[in-house]
Amino acid sequence: MRLRLVPKDTKWDFFSRSKVWLGISAFLMVAAFASFLIQGLNYGIDFRGGTTIRTESAQPVDVGAYRDALTALELGDMTISEVFDPTFGPEQNVAMVRIGAQDGQESVTSEVIEAARGALQGVAPDIKFVSVESVGPKVSGELIQTAAIAVALAIGAVLIYIWLRFEWQFALGAVLALVHDVILTIGIFSELGIKFDLAIIAALLTIVGYSLNDTVVVFDRVRENLIKFKSKDLKEVLNLSINETLSRTFMTSFTTLLALIALFVLGGDVIRGFVFAMIWGVIVGTYSSIFVASAMLLRTGVKRDWSKPVDGAGTQFGNIDA
Amino acid sequence: MLQIETWKRVLIWATLALGIVLALPNGFYTRVEQRNDAVAAIDLGADTQENQSLAAQWPGFLPSGLVNLGLDLRGGAHLLAEVQVEDVYAARMEALWPDVRDVLRPERATVGTIRLIPSEPGELRVRISEADGMSRALELVRGLAQPVVSLTGAGATDLDVSSDGDQIVVTLSEAEQQATDERTIQQSLEIIRRRIDEVGTREPTIQRQGADRILIQVPGIGSAQELKEIIGTTAQLTFQPVVSRTDDPEAAPGVGNEVLPYLDREGAYAILEAAPVVTGEELVDAQPAFDQNGRPAVNFRFNPSGARKFGDYTAENIGSPFAIVLDDEVISDPVIQSHIAGGSGIITGNFTVEESTNLAVLLRAGALPAGMDFLEERTIGPELGQDSIDAGKIATIVAFAAVLVFMVLSYGLFGIFANIALIMNIALIFGMLSLIGATLTLPGIAGIVLTVGMAVDANVLVFERIREELKTAKGPARAIELGYEKALSAIIDANITTFITAVILYVMGSGPVRGFAITLGLGILTSVFTAIFVTRLLIVMWFERRRPKTIEV
Repeated sequence: MRLRLVPKDTKWDFFSRSKVWLGISAFLMVAAFASFLIQGLNYGIDFRGGTTIRTESAQPVDVGAYRDALTALELGDMTISEVFDPTFGPEQNVAMVRIGAQDGQESVTSEVIEAARGALQGVAPDIKFVSVESVGPKVSGELIQTAAIAVALAIGAVLIYIWLRFEWQFALGAVLALVHDVILTIGIFSELGIKFDLAIIAALLTIVGYSLNDTVVVFDRVRENLIKFKSKDLKEVLNLSINETLSRTFMTSFTTLLALIALFVLGGDVIRGFVFAMIWGVIVGTYSSIFVASAMLLRTGVKRDWSKPVDGAGTQFGNIDA
Repeated sequence: MLQIETWKRVLIWATLALGIVLALPNGFYTRVEQRNDAVAAIDLGADTQENQSLAAQWPGFLPSGLVNLGLDLRGGAHLLAEVQVEDVYAARMEALWPDVRDVLRPERATVGTIRLIPSEPGELRVRISEADGMSRALELVRGLAQPVVSLTGAGATDLDVSSDGDQIVVTLSEAEQQATDERTIQQSLEIIRRRIDEVGTREPTIQRQGADRILIQVPGIGSAQELKEIIGTTAQLTFQPVVSRTDDPEAAPGVGNEVLPYLDREGAYAILEAAPVVTGEELVDAQPAFDQNGRPAVNFRFNPSGARKFGDYTAENIGSPFAIVLDDEVISDPVIQSHIAGGSGIITGNFTVEESTNLAVLLRAGALPAGMDFLEERTIGPELGQDSIDAGKIATIVAFAAVLVFMVLSYGLFGIFANIALIMNIALIFGMLSLIGATLTLPGIAGIVLTVGMAVDANVLVFERIREELKTAKGPARAIELGYEKALSAIIDANITTFITAVILYVMGSGPVRGFAITLGLGILTSVFTAIFVTRLLIVMWFERRRPKTIEV
């Protein structure tokens, strides 16, 4: 007996309410974008400059006392938060202190760090600074630019690849699904106020890759079935293709999630935000490959007459498996 | 039908074996690391008993390449420095004044008296009293210009000379600025590398980034501050003529001169000509030594051009003092006793033996040609790194185990085949990481975990396809064959698209993100290889032995 995530032969109709799903997706995208505009992202120092200090001590963290001790140093904008993690030992009390970029300085000076250390030792004598990271405003401005370019490049490259391997309608659907995933991920980060740093950009790009992976597998089957069932309605072909690949879609998403959840729970707090982004991306990406990418394909339609390929129509490279 | 040629089989097994052998040292990380350090120490001459026994900890015939651990895993310091290339322009202009003076002096009849005017750094302004002589003066100063030595600046000269009223304005030409920037950065890189090597830390990364930035990552070092101290920010050695001595730090030095404190005499200052006779850049060697009284000192030797300048100067100025200046502090100001030809000399001062040794090291390594601004500093403590390694290890093992169990539950025997391929996959990733000497970072571990999840994808695609083909196909062998055949295009497309994003991440990213891109990219390559070749080979071998009439996937 085999474990099955999806019944053997499904014949679900994914498009009976496709307008509703597209509507929900559109609404979520607008909401995510609004949240991004109103709430704004909780940028890490990578993107807005400043210094973070990760402290560790045997005494419990008293955020108020830390704040009082550091306020005396007049370092300007500052946030202090305690970090909890199941992997910490009983004597391990961790806090993150973030100090804004200091006027007229690129990175933080060692005097500031020493002053902060001195001030906090007044509160917790055994306090250790396990990491100190400082990014100047010059670099952070560039990092955010590079990150935006990277995401745009990735989406652009993918658009071109799918266009070459399939047809432009496929590329459009896939890219819309990608944009959907990226916007929803940014939205959840701004809504929940999770720290948004360079690693999250890496996660975003991975989501782009993953979501695409899913979309491409469905599209690959659509292309195959379009040739096989020349007279079938596009909607039926899409439904058939999604149903045929459904078992694989769930298997892959499930194993990936399994691995990611292990990392989320056990991997420590340093990469939790990063892993969260990926988990979210896998879920959203799986959804979007069916309900956004394929639904868009249904709306745009595809060229059906495969008997005489007109000037290549972008499918000239589509035959490697033959 | 279901056949794989023998040479292909051999190749697949050989690749796997190679991957495992290459990955093997990582299983004994500390031991191999100690061994590698010991071997390096022995190469450097520290052939002690202890090092010998450490070196014997790992057999020499096995590969000993390890995956480098990134700063976030090992702890260490990271600096991004911007080199102040303009500093060099200023120094060049300062050094140009004596030449300008010398070339204009004989023409006093036409240009009148000449005088240095205070100006912006990187610019030399000279006033002449006879405005009519301006064109002659410009011509003379332009005569000082040298052709630019660079590929792009061919044909251009290094100075831009113009007039502004009764002043001659000299700046570096654009072509020369570019050539200078390039030299400055190369020199800075080289000097930083040498200084860090002198300290002898393991696997430092010293890289140029963009036009004028240098990225420095040193694992195992206590803090970014410590690293900054090793690099030093200016450490400039110069030999300057002494104008007079004073005890007033606010004394007006006069144009072209500067007031500097003595290193070991509190409250004493020297007024020096700002343009140095020779700089530390022209030193070729410096060694700790003792002077004739047995006090610690430093012997130095100039290169030919430095030796000539130094020789000429000492010949012309016997009896007057000159100062040896390090980092804007006067170390000593001996009186020139005789013409020093041959370009070598000795620096004496109240040094301890240790100080003279350090000074010699510093002089040998050379001074940084320009100051540096630190744009980014990161210090990661070793405890945090160890915590991350531990957490990452556990997470990877759990993730791995969960996926293995799930695959067996879903696909039975075929799941076991996929699992073997998955284990091979991890070995291959580590083998390749070791081979290319890549750096494993915390996001890199996440990349491996993600690969574990996604590596099964290719197998899943094939297995699902085989299931489908079993419904219609003519026997299990045909179904397996068709399954592989038809799943291939989806596998290739899906992985190429992910690979594209990994490449973009690698190109655009830095540090930890790049580490993630590497493991993700390698993971894609190895998982496609294991899914298409390894599982298939396993299935074919099983099929050949059993010849089952029906199969269940």
